[in-house]
Amino acid sequence: MTGAGDRRPVGGGASRGAHGDPILTLRGVGKAFDNGVTALSGLDMEIRDGEFLSLLGPSGCGKSTALRLIAGLSAPTSGVIDHARPAAERHSIGFVFQEPTLMPWASVFGNVHLPLRLKGQSRRAAEPAIEEALERVGLAGFRDAYPRELSGGMKMRVSIARALVTRPSLLLMDEPFAALDEITRFKLNNDLLALWKQLGCTVVFVTHSVFESVFLSTRILVFRARPGQVAAEIAIDPHVPRDEAFRTSADYAGMCRRTSQALAAAMGESAGGGGLA
Amino acid sequence: MPLVVGAVVVVAWDLLVRLNNLPPYVLPSPEAVLATLVKDWSVLFASLLVTLRITVLALLAAVTGGGLLALVFASARIVELSLFPIAVLLQVTPIIAIAPLMLIYLQPDTAVLVCAFIVAFFPILSNTTMGLNSVDPNLRDLFALSGASRLQSLLLLRLPAALPYFLSGLRIAGGLALIGAIVAEIAAGSAGQGSGLAFRVVESAYRLNIPRMFAALLLISLTGIFIHGALSLLSWLALRRWHESALDPGR
Ligand SMILES: Nc1ncnc2c1ncn2[C@@H]1O[C@H](COP(=O)(O)OP(=O)(O)OP(=O)(O)O)[C@@H](O)[C@H]1O
Ligand SMILES: [Mg+2]
Repeated sequence: MTGAGDRRPVGGGASRGAHGDPILTLRGVGKAFDNGVTALSGLDMEIRDGEFLSLLGPSGCGKSTALRLIAGLSAPTSGVIDHARPAAERHSIGFVFQEPTLMPWASVFGNVHLPLRLKGQSRRAAEPAIEEALERVGLAGFRDAYPRELSGGMKMRVSIARALVTRPSLLLMDEPFAALDEITRFKLNNDLLALWKQLGCTVVFVTHSVFESVFLSTRILVFRARPGQVAAEIAIDPHVPRDEAFRTSADYAGMCRRTSQALAAAMGESAGGGGLA
Repeated sequence: MPLVVGAVVVVAWDLLVRLNNLPPYVLPSPEAVLATLVKDWSVLFASLLVTLRITVLALLAAVTGGGLLALVFASARIVELSLFPIAVLLQVTPIIAIAPLMLIYLQPDTAVLVCAFIVAFFPILSNTTMGLNSVDPNLRDLFALSGASRLQSLLLLRLPAALPYFLSGLRIAGGLALIGAIVAEIAAGSAGQGSGLAFRVVESAYRLNIPRMFAALLLISLTGIFIHGALSLLSWLALRRWHESALDPGR
């Protein structure tokens, strides 16, 4: 099941090891909920080591559901999910939920500390890592604030810092920047790319934004709805530098147009009787 | 504002007594009640301590018992399903009907304590159980992804999530413990035992010592207000940094 076998061999430019190999493969995966909703059906996709994969699709097409399956938070009702490595030596996962999902009783510091605390790291030992993660999302001055004292976008950034603090090898993000203003969003896009290069982690990124997905990804999977499955795959050269020049280049515009068309086609097919107004 | 209303009521009460020349055994004037309170202070204060002690002990027992049982319920659903109906049964049967039975089996002091415990127990149990079960599912997933042990989930996630529920149960339980103690004291007092505030009320009624009856009633109300105030303060202190219920509505 390597339908997109066109993956170019990666040159020596990147410092990462044997990447490009699948670390996780979903074959014919379906997910039906107790209430009868079939969120996913016949989903085939793979996640390759070191890539930046975006899942793009209309609302309700099952992106969040797919992400939860990938994280192992829920089990598929049909099909299989194959891990390349046995459970013991599996990647550490960082997960950013679609909602901030902070503990209201803990300060920003306490919330970001949580994943390390659960691994037995004391406040003192974890402090440098926490400060660094907060620095990255621009919340260095807010370590003692409580979630209810923060704006929606700030809460989301705390949630991102919490996912980064463990330096995960697999980072799963569900529309993390949807609640942010454009400037912060661009800044965090750049930060995320820098982090991805620096940590050499694999990112699976759910988004509604064509522009964001093209700017960030090395590969985009366009989903269609009812049932949720992959409608199109778009590969983007991982070697183009992602900077402001890229954002305004004709290449970028061209790829955005292609991606938009793929998305429109996917939505057209799935609109069927439903009628997406 | 409540103080102004209170003052108006007292003045009206005073005027009513004066203008109609009511004798103290029909309706004592506020001064008469206060005078009795001062005169009988040693007796009434001793009774106050008895009632307060029973209420506080019952509340502590309810917190311990209700809290622990809620933990058991939250960790094993079968236990909850099999035991919760019994707790409900205890709750819906009026305590005044249970008290005489308790008085047959137990020493009067213990019986009063048990009655107060029974009524205070339920709100703590049901609120805490609900709190322990109302954790944000995404947070639960986050704990699972981070490899949290059951104990860690309990201490760092479920207990903090249950705290606001527990505290609101505690405030209800505080009022109910006092009511339970008073009701049981009345049941016991008419059998010739006990010396709590409720016993003073009954005793004064027999002797037609209406001012003293009012004084004892006043002390019962003040005790209730004090318990409510103390528990509200505790709740506010515990939640003010993060919970919506402790938000200053003016903001
Ligand atoms: N726990 C659940 N129980 C029942 N149905 C669910 C559940 N979670 C999701 N669904 C259904 O599954 C479908 C896909 O939901 P999902 O959250 O994966 O969509 P999504 O692509 O993430 O949408 P969005 O972009 O709006 O976040 C929806 O129709 C939704 O109603
Ligand atoms: Mg979603």
